[in-house]
Amino acid sequence: MAEKTAQASGTGHDVIIVGGGPVGLTLAVALARSVPGIDVALVDRRPLSVPKDARASAIAAGVRRVFEAIGVWPGMADAANPIRAMKITDSGAGDIARPLFLSFAGEVGPGEAFAHMVPNTASAKALLDAAEGQVALYAPAGIAGFTGHGGRAKVTLEDGRILTAPLAVAADGGNSALRGMAKIDVFAHDYKQSGIVTTIGHELPHEDTAYEHFRPTGPFASLPLKGNFSSLVWTETPERARTLVEMDKAALAGEIEAVMGASLGAVEVADAVQAFPLGLKLARRFAGDRIALIGDAAHVIHPIAGQGLNLGLKDVAALAEVLVDAMRLGEDHGAADVLARYERLRRFDTALMAGMTDGLNRLFSNDLAPVRALRDFGLSMVDRFGPVKQGLIRHAAGADGAKLLRGVAL
Amino acid sequence: MTATTINPEEIGKFQKMADEWWDPTGKFRPLHKFNPVRLAYIREKVIAHYGLDERAMHPFKGLRLLDIGCGGGLLCEPMARLGADVVGADAGEKNVKIAALHAEQAGLDIDYRATTAEALAEAGEQFDVVLNMEVVEHVSDVSLYLESCCRLVKPGGLMFVATINRTARAYALAIIGAEYVLRWLPKGTHQYEKLVTPQEITSITRRNGMHVIDKTGVTFNPLKDQWGKSRDMAVNYMLLLGKDA
Repeated sequence: MAEKTAQASGTGHDVIIVGGGPVGLTLAVALARSVPGIDVALVDRRPLSVPKDARASAIAAGVRRVFEAIGVWPGMADAANPIRAMKITDSGAGDIARPLFLSFAGEVGPGEAFAHMVPNTASAKALLDAAEGQVALYAPAGIAGFTGHGGRAKVTLEDGRILTAPLAVAADGGNSALRGMAKIDVFAHDYKQSGIVTTIGHELPHEDTAYEHFRPTGPFASLPLKGNFSSLVWTETPERARTLVEMDKAALAGEIEAVMGASLGAVEVADAVQAFPLGLKLARRFAGDRIALIGDAAHVIHPIAGQGLNLGLKDVAALAEVLVDAMRLGEDHGAADVLARYERLRRFDTALMAGMTDGLNRLFSNDLAPVRALRDFGLSMVDRFGPVKQGLIRHAAGADGAKLLRGVAL
Repeated sequence: MTATTINPEEIGKFQKMADEWWDPTGKFRPLHKFNPVRLAYIREKVIAHYGLDERAMHPFKGLRLLDIGCGGGLLCEPMARLGADVVGADAGEKNVKIAALHAEQAGLDIDYRATTAEALAEAGEQFDVVLNMEVVEHVSDVSLYLESCCRLVKPGGLMFVATINRTARAYALAIIGAEYVLRWLPKGTHQYEKLVTPQEITSITRRNGMHVIDKTGVTFNPLKDQWGKSRDMAVNYMLLLGKDA
């Protein structure tokens, strides 16, 4: 083989992915499945195993097609619940009636759900099974250093081992250590809001419908899981969040019913309640010398539209395609011009999504009458103007761009 | 930095030139722009001819490949990444050192030699694939040169020839246009009377046991700012020749 597998300066690979979460794992599997013989290293500071996590994530239709194209969807399909309708309501503090402005009953293709709720354990298991034996695992292994000059990415592990490759990929989350070592700056904004997540059981069936309630303190969403269960995510002030986390479950169920109205009947809290601070983070660049950023390492956005993970998996679809195209021509897949192609593909979509969710959040997270009037007007305009609504749904479903997002193998 | 076979003084001397060769926006920009269309053509035809796995990371594994007039290694490195066992030959000692230095830094194992097609043929070397890209228009004796190249191809093997046709349009575009108007290339890079037509290459190589498998024109699309295959062979063209088994 022409590529030297071991150099004096470390163990050589084709790509080093740092971060074994869903985004890093999906890239590893996509590359291994698309390019037989590729040598992918996957580094994570924790041992890689199915997480003890009762949460579920919304997977847009385009991203589901990525999972189908790389062969991991069958492993999660049984546990996934389709979202076939989305109802958005705007309830002001004093409103008794909650007028329904927008109901996204649209589907991406005929009979195709525009998203699925997939339990995190199911997606992790399917991805780990697919990665088994296909990637060189370095876990648990923290990273101690990175350099990207001299034509190679060089990642030094805390135990002193050195890995080299034409490219390293940072998939190690919002506080990415690799991004810091590559000296890529981040634009950060603190929303001064907390996100709260939990799971509820409810009396009435959800009919595969997601509900989003916009309240003065921020959005409140319920997303349908298997059976009479829904995943909840909503935002509160940090003080109020602390109160809710400490509240007993019966009292909390009452609070939730008060927000949700009668749509799902009586509810009970079925899982631990967690709160986390919300912020916007955007890396100044998505690529640098011998490094590409994907997922939360590149961008953390407001969870208002449930798009965080989807945006990360769209990064994967774009980067995998750019890298595979370069490899097929024998190009240096970590070279600046190749990484520039990836950056071009992702910057706009990310900025658009970050701006949209940020704007939505600002628009809805207050109770000023003029703003309320404006947003009522805006939403009813969207509802009346079909093509815009279809466009919004299609965008949220990720039906644009890369081959994998169209379900086409690389 | 890895252990190198090149001495440190020479690294200093050649690093700058290597950087120049490999800067896609620098002096060799025209070659970098031209590379994707050549690479895609070579890849497609070699995979089809030898029935290789087009999805593989190293589809050319097991193939012995020669790049004649390799320059800084712009074709050798992709060929090595595709898995081929690559010999890069260039008459210029300096080019070979630049190419070797860059390959070393990229972690690629390529056998660069300061030699000529004639000398390699004399030594009895043979290859599955011979790349003869943008060279014939620079040699002094086309017949003699191509005869040596043909001897370098194993029976049943392939040779790619890329060059510029000898037509009025080639004179206007490739010489006046590229050298004098657009200044993509230094003046004097190409001389009209040295240009070679596809018919001339076909008849010389046929006398040396080779047949044409495929031919294509290559044209520049200024709107896309990229080169692509075309039926128009009046200026730039590529020939794929097979050695009789």
